[in-house]
Amino acid sequence: MATSYTGPTIWGLIVVIGVLTFLIRLSFIALFGYLDAIPARISHALRFVPAAVLAALVFPSFITLEPGAGGIAVDKLAAGLVAGGVAWRTENVLVTIGAGMATLWAVRFGLLPLL
Amino acid sequence: MDRSEFRRGVEDVVPLLLGIVPFGFVAGIATVNAGLGLPEAVGLSTIVFAGAAQLAALDLIGRDAPLAIVVVTAVVINLRMLMYSASIAPHFQQLSSRMKAAVAYLLTDQAYALSIARYRGEDSVRSVAYYFGVAVTLWIVWQLTTVAGVVLGTGVPEPLGLEFAVPLVFLALLIPAMEDGPTTIAGILGGVVAVGGASLPLNLGLLVGATVGIVAGSLTAARMEEADGD
Repeated sequence: MATSYTGPTIWGLIVVIGVLTFLIRLSFIALFGYLDAIPARISHALRFVPAAVLAALVFPSFITLEPGAGGIAVDKLAAGLVAGGVAWRTENVLVTIGAGMATLWAVRFGLLPLL
Repeated sequence: MDRSEFRRGVEDVVPLLLGIVPFGFVAGIATVNAGLGLPEAVGLSTIVFAGAAQLAALDLIGRDAPLAIVVVTAVVINLRMLMYSASIAPHFQQLSSRMKAAVAYLLTDQAYALSIARYRGEDSVRSVAYYFGVAVTLWIVWQLTTVAGVVLGTGVPEPLGLEFAVPLVFLALLIPAMEDGPTTIAGILGGVVAVGGASLPLNLGLLVGATVGIVAGSLTAARMEEADGD
């Protein structure tokens, strides 16, 4: 599946995508610099960005709904639940990683082969 | 630049490299598979510097898709960064234009997630050095691994699933971000909708999930204020 686009076209593409991506990244970082105060409505909404975005990034890694692929991956779900509990109790990133990986491996290599 | 904060950023990003290294290799290999070479791989990784968009663009380029489709696909995949930019911007309001441009160029999922968690902590130092410690490390590792993927042509064999450490880091950052009722609702709804939309193209599940979560959190907070006012 090698492309038949030639050099200048490819480089044009790379630059256009790069510039647009940079403008997306810069958007509010630049805009808020021009404002003395961030409008109240926006700053209220911004309070929810970390939780909403992180959850949207994280949940699909632990709950994989793939039709035809046997439903939910049990090892990942178990690891996510255990790690979530550990994160809540300890608020420690490394301990959370340890608990999650240990659960993943225990279920994947210990428990699932027995079923 | 605050050296200890920079170093702290470097330390915090290390677990995430378990995901970045194999991803970088894949991006390098995808460049070769699309019929391109080392210069284009370096061009993509330095000029675009966004893994998911690079992979999608390379797949389309390799199939000779129309140029407009390639651009729109990459841009839509990167639209989530609008949310990161808005969310992190209040912490960088005082920086010079040049520093803002550097911050923006280096903005990624990982740099956003770690830094916003660091800056939200009540007793933490809110130094841009932390952000650069995270983001510059990611940038360097991304460049090295995409080049390695092109040159070596193979990924890192990975039977243990170590890249699973990445969502675990994000999970450890998510839990404290759900600090009260409305933020918890924002997280749970955002996550559930993203799971439902995981099969949508262009990473739209993430974008839609996060948006639904933000709206739900805002509405909940407004309703609670109303109830308090009565």
